[in-house]
Amino acid sequence: MNASALDKNEYFYGHKACAGCGGSLAVRAALKVLGERAVAVLPAGCMSAVGFNFPQLCFGNNAIISMFAGTASMLTGVEAGLRRYARRKGYKDFHAVGFAGDGGTADIGIQALSGAIDRGDDILYICYDNEAYMNTGIQKSGLTPYGARTTTTPAGANIHGNIRPKKNMFEIVAAHDIPYAATATVGYINDFINKVEKASKIRGTKYIHVIAPCPTGWGIPVSDTVEVAREIADCGLWYLAEYENGEYRLTRDPKEFTSAEAYLRRQGRFKHLTDEDIATIIDSRDRKWERIRKEWK
Amino acid sequence: MKPYIREKSTFTFDEIPEDTCFEAGYLVTVNAGWRSVTPYVDTEKCIGCSQCYLYCPDGVISMEGKTPVLDYDFCKGCGICSKICPRHAIEMR
Ligand SMILES: Cc1ncc(C[n+]2csc(CCOP(=O)(O)OP(=O)(O)O)c2C)c(N)n1
Repeated sequence: MNASALDKNEYFYGHKACAGCGGSLAVRAALKVLGERAVAVLPAGCMSAVGFNFPQLCFGNNAIISMFAGTASMLTGVEAGLRRYARRKGYKDFHAVGFAGDGGTADIGIQALSGAIDRGDDILYICYDNEAYMNTGIQKSGLTPYGARTTTTPAGANIHGNIRPKKNMFEIVAAHDIPYAATATVGYINDFINKVEKASKIRGTKYIHVIAPCPTGWGIPVSDTVEVAREIADCGLWYLAEYENGEYRLTRDPKEFTSAEAYLRRQGRFKHLTDEDIATIIDSRDRKWERIRKEWK
Repeated sequence: MKPYIREKSTFTFDEIPEDTCFEAGYLVTVNAGWRSVTPYVDTEKCIGCSQCYLYCPDGVISMEGKTPVLDYDFCKGCGICSKICPRHAIEMR
């Protein structure tokens, strides 16, 4: 899908997200693919906080705030209602789409998500991953990467930020044998748009995990969001992949990685890392890719 | 169509809906005041590739034919468009 085929309407407009917010770019792009008959469900998190400040209501389509843990279960209900309503009105192009942060997905909403996948509900769940609980001021989530400084994993002389690796959410979801799962980044927006479009045509539960840098939490200039979101995939610290019909597939397999050190060093949250810390990160990257390249294709 | 500024912007306590439903796309404030630098498109250099339109987190760039048009009411001046432009046709001033 190219730019001219995309819906000209804007469905996420006038919102109060910080300048250069990656999450708002993901929401905006996905809604332009899904169109006005998408009903969006947003749990507590930045996207609901910046989108609904009565009387400033920034969603052009129908959108609702769910409780924190219940994004997927509310999507189940929304989809059931939409299915009946659409049958009565005689249309088919409706979607129940959720936009949850990394904390809302990998920690707090994981049970509801797992249940929805298990039931096979016809919903699209999009996790915009800014790698911490950003809306409450940058606390570590299950998707915060190793070494990152957050307010709950401060960098000191002994412990250099987060000591745990990033949860492997994509494979956790895929292990449910979901009809479709994909990873993406807002740095390659066409790839993300294509995956949303593909997911919108598949029946059953769909999950898309999109990296969405947060200038405030990552310590980068507001103009660098897209550049950094590209670099994370180029340097191999993120991967673009799909899971479909029981098979994993890389949608992008870089011949050579760009410097992971350069990617880390440009961000405030990694500023304290020593050379050894960076070597540990690069080593785990290489082991991950070795496994991916062997097992997926 | 996109959410737009409405005339009625203040609500008394009694006017606030009791249920949590309200009209979608109801805007009462602009974001222009957030901006410290402003993007300007050099139409001579622009090739109409739509990259700025695709990557704007606020959706303030629309393509009119091959020309990007900016809604300065809602641009926050992040400068992503300027960085992403392959022809360096957008200057932040
Ligand atoms: C049950 C419950 N616990 C805690 C909160 C407070 N809270 C609101 S937003 C938020 C952070 C959300 O983080 P994430 O899901 O990663 O999304 P992001 O803010 O990064 O977009 C928290 C902890 C809440 N609203 N409800």
